[in-house]
Amino acid sequence: MELLLAITIGIVVATSVYLMLDRNALRFLFGLVLLSNAVNLIIFAGGRLTAGAPPLIPEGAYAPVDVVANALPQALVLTAIVIGFGLLAFTLALVYRTFMTLGTVNSDEMRIAEPRDKRQLDESRLGMGKADPEHPATGQEAGI
Amino acid sequence: MNWLLVYPIVIPLMTAVVSYLFRNSRAGRWISVAGTAALLLASLLLMAEVLDRGVVAAQMSNWEAPFGITLAADLLGAVMVVITAITGMATVIYSLSDISERLERMGFHALLQILLMGVCGAFLTGDLFNLYVWFEVMLIASFGLLVLGGDRQQLDGGIKYVMLNLVSTIMFLTGIGLLYGITGTLNMADLHLAVREVQNQGLLTTIAVMFMVAFGVKAALFPLFFWLPASYHTPPVAVSAIFAGLLTKVGVYSLIRCFTLIFNQDVGFTHTLLLWLSVITMVTGVLGAAAMNDFRRILSFHIISQIGYMVLGLAIYTPLGLMGAVFYLVHHIIVKANLFFVAGVAKRIGGSTDLARLGGLYTHAPLLAFLFLIPAFSLAGFPPLSGFWAKYVVVKAALDLEMWGVAAISLAVGLLTIFSMTKIWGAAFWPDHPDGIKPRLSDLPMGDRVALMLPIIGLAALTCIIGLFPEPFVQFAERSATQLLDPTEYITTVLGVQP
Repeated sequence: MELLLAITIGIVVATSVYLMLDRNALRFLFGLVLLSNAVNLIIFAGGRLTAGAPPLIPEGAYAPVDVVANALPQALVLTAIVIGFGLLAFTLALVYRTFMTLGTVNSDEMRIAEPRDKRQLDESRLGMGKADPEHPATGQEAGI
Repeated sequence: MNWLLVYPIVIPLMTAVVSYLFRNSRAGRWISVAGTAALLLASLLLMAEVLDRGVVAAQMSNWEAPFGITLAADLLGAVMVVITAITGMATVIYSLSDISERLERMGFHALLQILLMGVCGAFLTGDLFNLYVWFEVMLIASFGLLVLGGDRQQLDGGIKYVMLNLVSTIMFLTGIGLLYGITGTLNMADLHLAVREVQNQGLLTTIAVMFMVAFGVKAALFPLFFWLPASYHTPPVAVSAIFAGLLTKVGVYSLIRCFTLIFNQDVGFTHTLLLWLSVITMVTGVLGAAAMNDFRRILSFHIISQIGYMVLGLAIYTPLGLMGAVFYLVHHIIVKANLFFVAGVAKRIGGSTDLARLGGLYTHAPLLAFLFLIPAFSLAGFPPLSGFWAKYVVVKAALDLEMWGVAAISLAVGLLTIFSMTKIWGAAFWPDHPDGIKPRLSDLPMGDRVALMLPIIGLAALTCIIGLFPEPFVQFAERSATQLLDPTEYITTVLGVQP
């Protein structure tokens, strides 16, 4: 069981790294989503796997009678899922807003905050860069 | 149960909620000011308690130490909370003038208070997973502040900031999962004992490096700093200032905490790695600053270079080195936030932060010029300002171990720091304004002038006080370093037993 989980984690991490090497911010974000799920599995596996023994205490007792699953990693994973979900939802909204405003999510073209040369600097200050907020670029141009 | 440990977390939370409810009226901002003043008071009370009684700890919900969440404050934690409150206070006052009503209605003050809560929580927690949670609280608030208003530059910088910081927290979480897997605990004091019983010490060192990478991204260590110069110059100045002052320092604090309390079983490897990283960080940061032509971007690169000094103090890992790191941490937060405030005023009256479009500040705003020189010289390490003592201690610690090269490099970096400061001086203050503007402070309305200059004057005064009367501060840093290197008191207080 541990081996299966380890292989799964490995595959998910490899996939997410592949996605995160992309210049497209949206793909990078999908990579992050996968990676955070892989990490949740790591925490889960770190607490050791106990099959079919939920950590429940029988009525009247003060401690579990038999060997039960470790409840703490489950609580940690739950917290991490909730936090991760919030952050990733925010990031998705941010990527969308960036695409609408800048017209691209290609990290090579996103040089507004750190312009390459003087001309670009002037453009960004006057707010007349390549992208037009009224007419955002199509998905094809941005490489989605 | 010591309530003093809870106040620095609860007060900003309450302030955030109330100021959000009143965000549409002018009451919201004054609630934020009052809440931050209360935070400052609470932090000073906590400091008095820690000075009086040593390490204080509180078990949340009365779950005993290794099982529940512990809040604990030693001298380092307490002083960081005090400095957070001071920086928060300065920022809130500054934002009275700097932040537009539009941003206030979007909930600027609520986000700022949540940020303060996250930072205070990170400094006070005694549990590794809880530290992760505080990091996330801090991050989500900082994301909001960074892109609030949503102009093009902000979104561009924000994306890079958000993405790279998320990678770092995921790295941190992985480290936590693996560390829990091999030790079975996440309480920091308990971990100090547990890591010594781990069979496979090599695995532990691997996890230590994982934590180093995670905190290294937060602290903007070489080669993980690229998110910082990409984003710190884009938001409103008040936001830049508190980010520059506090956020990277939470990373440095976490490095100091983890690499003194938990991961000190293989100092020869981990701390040597930190030593090299810190030296390269120093050099790249200052070279980046020398190459920039924008007031705030120069300052952003300086943050990176200064982080190098703090981590160098930790990497040297002697009482003197750690003492330097603690002293540097406190000094740097004050000075850096102040420089960003000055940049903000320069932008306000001079119309830009681009050095090519600034000028005449020395002639028309001599007070501002004077107030720029204090933190600028302090940052470069001129006596008798606070930066001199901070650098002196770190360099002395390096010399004591006969690390001649390291000491020489850190002194040379100081020289380059003053070079990039003269660049700012030579372009923004000395010559006339290229567009013929006369940047006068007196052109600002009275209320704005007070709100903008008060934090700058206050922080500059603090720099001078630390510089002129360093004795109590140095002694404090020394006691704090002793506590960090011998965590017996911390562990006894948290776990309630002799280790």
